[in-house]
Parts: sequence; C-alpha cells; structure tokens
Amino acid sequence: MNLLKKFILELQEISFLVWRALIGLRKKPRYLPEIIRQMDLIGVGSLAIIILTGFFTGGVLILQTYPTLAYYGGQSEAGRAVATSLIRELGPVLTALMVAGRVGSAISAELGSMVVSQQIDAMRALGTSPTRKLVTPRIIALITMLPLLTVAADVFGIIGGGIVAKQIFGLDNSLYLTSVRNGVTIQDLIGGVIKPIFFALIIGVIACHKGLKTEGGTVGVGKSTTSAVVLASIYVIIADFFVSKLLTVIFGTSTL
Amino acid sequence: MSPEELEIQSEPLNPDAEEISLETPTDDLHRVVPAIEFREVELFFDDRIILDKISFTVRRGETKVVLGGSGGGKSTIIKLILGLLKPDSGQIFIDGEDITEFDEIDLMRIRRKIGMVFQEGALFDSLSVYENVAYRLHEEGVPEEEVEHEVKRMLRFVNLEDAIDKMPVELSGGMRRRVGIARALIGNPSIILFDEPTAGLDPPTARTICELAIKLRDLEDASSIFVTHEMNNLEYLSSEYAVIDEHGDVQFEQEGEKLCLINTEVLMLRNGEIIFSGKEDELKCAPDPYIMKFIRGK
Ligand SMILES: Nc1ncnc2c1ncn2[C@@H]1O[C@H](COP(=O)(O)OP(=O)(O)O)[C@@H](O)[C@H]1O
Ligand SMILES: [Mg+2]
Repeated sequence: MNLLKKFILELQEISFLVWRALIGLRKKPRYLPEIIRQMDLIGVGSLAIIILTGFFTGGVLILQTYPTLAYYGGQSEAGRAVATSLIRELGPVLTALMVAGRVGSAISAELGSMVVSQQIDAMRALGTSPTRKLVTPRIIALITMLPLLTVAADVFGIIGGGIVAKQIFGLDNSLYLTSVRNGVTIQDLIGGVIKPIFFALIIGVIACHKGLKTEGGTVGVGKSTTSAVVLASIYVIIADFFVSKLLTVIFGTSTL
Repeated sequence: MSPEELEIQSEPLNPDAEEISLETPTDDLHRVVPAIEFREVELFFDDRIILDKISFTVRRGETKVVLGGSGGGKSTIIKLILGLLKPDSGQIFIDGEDITEFDEIDLMRIRRKIGMVFQEGALFDSLSVYENVAYRLHEEGVPEEEVEHEVKRMLRFVNLEDAIDKMPVELSGGMRRRVGIARALIGNPSIILFDEPTAGLDPPTARTICELAIKLRDLEDASSIFVTHEMNNLEYLSSEYAVIDEHGDVQFEQEGEKLCLINTEVLMLRNGEIIFSGKEDELKCAPDPYIMKFIRGK
C-alpha cells in the first residue's frame, strides 16, 4: 500500500515536472545557448559509442542469422533480416539504453550535485526556475538528438552487417543492399524515429527528476544516479513494447 | 530594476538614496513596516516538528543574529523567507506582504529584494566568478556594460577584484564565501540572508565576512539575518559599527564612545523553538543553562 502510494506520488511529481518543462518552452527566457550546448554534449558526445554499438550489433545479427537463413536457402534475404530488426527494435532500444547509461547518469549526477551543494536553491533564490533553465534544455536536446543517434546506429548496423556478410560468408554487397532496400518499409522508418522520441522523454524526465530529488549529500548523488539509469532503462524496455503495439495498430501489422 | 534605480543605489554613501528608491509614499511608514515578520510559523518534515510556532520580526536596517546548534532549524527559517519551503501553518511577511500563499511567479518578485549567502557559497561550478556574480543581472537581461560595471563594483566591495576570471574550483573557502556575498548583493537587495557564512573559515577570514555584514548594516541600511553558531561573530556584530572617515575609507569603531548599537538583536533557537530574543548583553545574563553552555562552550 505504502509502495503504491509512493509510486503514485512520484508519478504525480513527474507529471508536474513534464508540465513545467513544457511551459518553460512557451515563456522567455528560452535559454537557447544551453539547449545547443546540451545537444552537442548529448548528440555529438554520444556518437562514437552509438556507432560502435550499431556496427557490432549489425555484425552479430548477420553472424547469428546467416547460417539459419542459408539452411533454408534464404541467404539472399540476410540484409532484410538485419535491417528490419535494427530499424524496428534494436536500433531504437540499444541507442536508448546506451544514452540512458551515458547521458541519463550524467544529467542525474550533475543535477544531484547541484542540489546537495545548494546550487539549485541558489538558482531559485536568484530568481531562476531550475526547471526552465536546466530541465527543459536537456529534454529538448534529448528529444532532438536521440532519433538522430538512432538513425546513425541503424545505418552503421546495416554497414556492419554488410561487412560481416561479405568478409565471413562471402555474400555479395549489392545483393545485401537490395535485400535491405526491399525489406524496409516506410512504416518501419517512421516507427523507428517515433520510438526514440518517447524514449528520449523517458530518459530525460527520469534523469532530471531523480537528480532534482537527490537527498543526503554525496551518497545521495550516487543513489539517484543509479536509480535514474536503472529506471530509465527498464521504462525504455517496457515502453518499447507498448509503442510497438501502438505502431502496429496505427500502421497495421507489417509482415516480414 | 531600472537602470536609473541601479545608478542611484550604487552610491552607497548618499543618505538620500534610500528615500528615492522608496516604494511606499512616506519614509516613516516605510520604516514602520518590518522587513521580515514571522507569525506563529509551524513546519513539519514528515511527522517531526521542525519549527514550533515561531514569531519574530526583523525591522528595516536591523541585523538579526540567529544562534543555535545544528539541526535547530536555522537554515529552515532562511528557506522559508525565500519561499523555497512553505510553512504548514502561520504567516510570513516580507516588506508587509504576506508571501505564505504566493506562487513561484510572485515569489520571483519577492526574491529580487532578497540577497542570499549560502553556507558553502553555493557558487555555480560551471560559471566563472564574473558569471556567478553577474548571474542575476544576466537573467534579467541587463545590458553587458552595465553588468560589468556592477560586477566590478561588487567584487571591489568584497575585495576580490583579482579573482574575476577565475573558476570557483580555483578559489579558497573564504574567497568562495566572498564571491557568494558579491553575487547575493548584486541588484541591491534590501534584505540579506547569511547562512553560516563563517563556518569553517579561519578567524581573520571570518572577521572579514563579519565586517562585510557590518558595512552592509551601517552604510547600506540593509536588513539582514545572520545565522551563525560562533560566538565571536556575535561579538563583532553587536559591538562594532562601520563609519566612513575623512579620507572616504571605512573604519570600524567600538561601541560605547559615541554610539550604542540598537540595530542588532539576537535570536536563539533550540529544536525549533525560540529560547531567547533580545540584545547581546541580555543574552550573556540569561539564566537558561543551554544558553550559558552555548556561550561558554561548557
Ligand atoms: N529536507 C528535509 N527533510 C527532512 N528533514 C529535514 C530536511 N531539511 C532539514 N531537515 C531537518 O530539519 C531540522 C532543521 O534543519 P536546519 O534548518 O537545516 O538546521 P540548522 O540550519 O539549524 O542546522 C534538522 O533536524 C534536519 O534534520
Ligand atoms: Mg544550517
């Protein structure tokens, strides 16, 4: 009972945070330089790990599926297998998880240490709303950068798959690319960009909320960072299921 | 705050400055309204009582020294004044306005009148000293040349002009505290709150911080709350006053010869209750064993 009450209270606080962050957009000052700085930190800063993640995920997909496909004589469809699973699922989810680990933890730790060193109080005392100055720019930056990072993961995953297919299984590159092109539908592409928007909102809101709720000194910063990453990751995975379901309802069931 | 107003207030020694920047019609009426007033303020965290029906006033131009051991509720009082916390019952008045039910937007207007010096300085790590001190003016969109002028004036006031381009991590504890004071004073707030500004500092540095508070009280007519648990801070604040000598330099004189200090009072807190309120010499004669222990340290 107590746990449920706590959960609902927290949900309420998070909703308020989202609401105030959105209102923060409407009013001036909008802290545009801060948004751009965060985009750079989040987007450009995460690009390398996202490319690596995508590349090797694409590679391992081919490594694992090619023999099975070959067994059924479908090796020419290897590109389609990699591309659809990357664009629909693995690209958005893995990118979101990497970003939750890298960016979510950083946001929560930064805001948390600002809380314990009273910088948040100081900000409010000096007449600034921390939501508008700190939360809104981070969420905006995440919402714009995560879809782009996801696209990068998808593209490098397909490249990785192609290289593995060629080097290890001797599959012709043009055959691979044709099958990628045939396999991917416009719905896949749209869905693959819509998902990261939801995930970005989840990561940003949870990380900011946990950071701003930090209590109990430096130990508290560690705790809120951990719970921000854990919760954001879990909620990303849960949300992935429901968003996927929602997309199939909207676009109709797609066939592989 | 308009540029003209800034200009006028930036002449600290002009006795007319206060009059010009008045918001109420007559000076007398203005001075009668207390800068800060607490009426029966009660606050709980979970089920624990933190402040138990606290009432006190800080008159205009008065410095209230708030004493008490840690956990007594001193910082909580300061957070209530800024509206960072809301009381569970009772009322808080700032310049005669009941802020108890104010929302964030109204509070922002009130906070503009208040300068806050935090315990450890609470400087923004990611900003330089200049940007820290300029913070409030930058947020208000004041033109840069004016900001620069004000920041330099404030840093001169706290004697830190050389540190203007440093980052907070490069500063010593005392310097951080002084930058915190400069940041709090920008925009000429009429109320200044100090939360243990001398904690953890060596005696000479602590002394400079007290001197700044005395200067603000005697030369700028600021109302302030000075939270401390160090007795020598109280000693300085209640026995010395700042004057300007014929060369325009600030001098600190002992109470007694020419003037008796009436604008400094003491409030002592213990477990969320006020156990003493009055002048410093009365505190020394108070019969309460906790107070005696606090004063003598045994
Ligand atoms: N956020 C909080 N949650 C719960 N208790 C708190 C919180 N902040 C302060 N307290 C409690 O309130 C009491 C007064 O704290 P505070 O005003 O910081 O004391 P002081 O500044 O006099 O040392 C302490 O007992 C402290 O444990
Ligand atoms: Mg305190």
